[in-house]
Amino acid sequence: MALRSEPVAATTLSRRLPWSRLRITEGTVFSWLMLALPVLFLLAFVGYPFIYGIWLSLEDREVARSATFVGLANFIDDARDPVFWQVVRNTFVYTFAATILKAAGGLALALVLNQNFRMKNLVRALVLLPFIVPTVLSTIAWMWILDPAFSVINWFLVHVGVPRPGPSWLGNPYLAMGSIIVVNTWRGLPFYAITLLAGLQTIPGDLYEAATIDGATSWHRFRYVTLPLLRPVILIVTMFSVIFTFADFQLVYVLTHGGPANATHLFATYSFDIAMSAGQLGRGASVALAMLPALALVIVALTLYMRKR
Amino acid sequence: MMVTRGGWRVRALQLWLPLGFFLVLTLFPFYWMAITSLKPNAELYNTRMMPLLLYHPTLKHYVDLLTETPFLLWTWNTMVVAVVSTAISLVLGVMLAYPLARINFPGSALIAFAVAATYLVPQPLLFIPMADIINRMGLGDTLTSVILTYPTMLVPFCAWLLMGYFKTVPQELEEAARIDGASHFQAMWRVVLPLCTPGFISAGIFAFTLAQNEFLYALIFLTKTDVRTVPVGAIAELIRGDVFYWGQLMAAALLGSIPVAIIYSFFVEHYVAGLTAGSVKG
Repeated sequence: MALRSEPVAATTLSRRLPWSRLRITEGTVFSWLMLALPVLFLLAFVGYPFIYGIWLSLEDREVARSATFVGLANFIDDARDPVFWQVVRNTFVYTFAATILKAAGGLALALVLNQNFRMKNLVRALVLLPFIVPTVLSTIAWMWILDPAFSVINWFLVHVGVPRPGPSWLGNPYLAMGSIIVVNTWRGLPFYAITLLAGLQTIPGDLYEAATIDGATSWHRFRYVTLPLLRPVILIVTMFSVIFTFADFQLVYVLTHGGPANATHLFATYSFDIAMSAGQLGRGASVALAMLPALALVIVALTLYMRKR
Repeated sequence: MMVTRGGWRVRALQLWLPLGFFLVLTLFPFYWMAITSLKPNAELYNTRMMPLLLYHPTLKHYVDLLTETPFLLWTWNTMVVAVVSTAISLVLGVMLAYPLARINFPGSALIAFAVAATYLVPQPLLFIPMADIINRMGLGDTLTSVILTYPTMLVPFCAWLLMGYFKTVPQELEEAARIDGASHFQAMWRVVLPLCTPGFISAGIFAFTLAQNEFLYALIFLTKTDVRTVPVGAIAELIRGDVFYWGQLMAAALLGSIPVAIIYSFFVEHYVAGLTAGSVKG
């Protein structure tokens, strides 16, 4: 935690007299002088939009028209909208599947990278590339890999006997969902792998030696040494990635735009379509806010967990 | 870990095979980008030719991209936005992180919680009200709109990362400076901050890559060609209706990735430190 910089006398005094805890020390003045600007900035550009978004969701508001207050009508519209429920299902399926794949794949890759081999640093740097490169640009490459007419995957499938033109990766609802999950996994897996690798490197080697002397097999060492010690890191990385997968926008917007027939619409892309394409700001804000209960749970849990550590 | 036991068979199974799998998976899209951008159209759209190979390499798509589209202008815009918003975020990040990490003052716990929560609030929760606010401020179609809004994501991140570094500087150093008559500000500026240079590099390049990656705000705020950034320009203008200029798209994707990749390659260690700071060091 933060280190104390007040004189000792002030601290003892504050313990005796409750009111004097509000005594303004030089450190407090300095702190708030420093904090004022960034705190005001975040209040204006995160706090205010957040509150304003809640207000918008209670209005019937279209672009360039005056607004009327409608209470919860937008949320009632959401509840009656079959597409909305499809969006809810899609988002949970997408988040769940992609998270499992990223966590399992990331752990596997971390274990592979934790061994000694030549050019390890180069390999580690290459592995992180999907995470570094702007998502939209790498997704354009995936679009071409999954292209209906010229997919490189289909070229191979056709050559091993699958009838032409091969599966329509982004045209079939199930395959499209599978495709966005795979592309999200491709992009996010390095984050898991590199973070878990850093976690693995903090596990002292003598623990493995002791376990080996006690006759533990490599599975046992993984199950009873690696996994328990890695648990906090796995937990944080997973919660972190759940938040940003749940609220994903770019990848789906570029790859499928929510299609075919809304099969891949997530909260973010659906609210974008309603608010930006159809111009219904209020209704769009209500769809975006529908993310909040699930997100808030993870955000608060993660914030508390990170502060405790 | 113990990998030497069991000889080369075990090593192949535990190391080379999975490593090869992951590397191919990771790098294939980049290979595909590069090779597609170098193929002439006759080769690109010929399903009889083996697609993994390149028969008649050409730079035509690159030439077209640079002469027929405002790609260079988009690159310039992206750089300006990324550099300025990173600089703003580092300054504001220090102003947040320093008191939170080193001074115990009333309200610090609340602010620290708020910063962490702000860091985790995803953009799609805010973009609709933000679009309206930017409109009312008259900032639509200006680079200012994104320079002002990117720091909402970057400041909490930089602050969070820098707090970890600031905490590692021993309190005694600062106290010694204070005894010599330095003010709080001087102690920070002359003693603590110079010791945290690695933290600034980590936070800086991380923020820079995040700014280059941003798409949603840029898509909404920047609707005119001459203010667009690379990701929005590529999506909005290289895909015209149903016509995909695949060669140019791939050239744009590759060229657009290069600035980030170069900076990343110089600072991999710092980048990794930034990436893992939140979850491992805690």
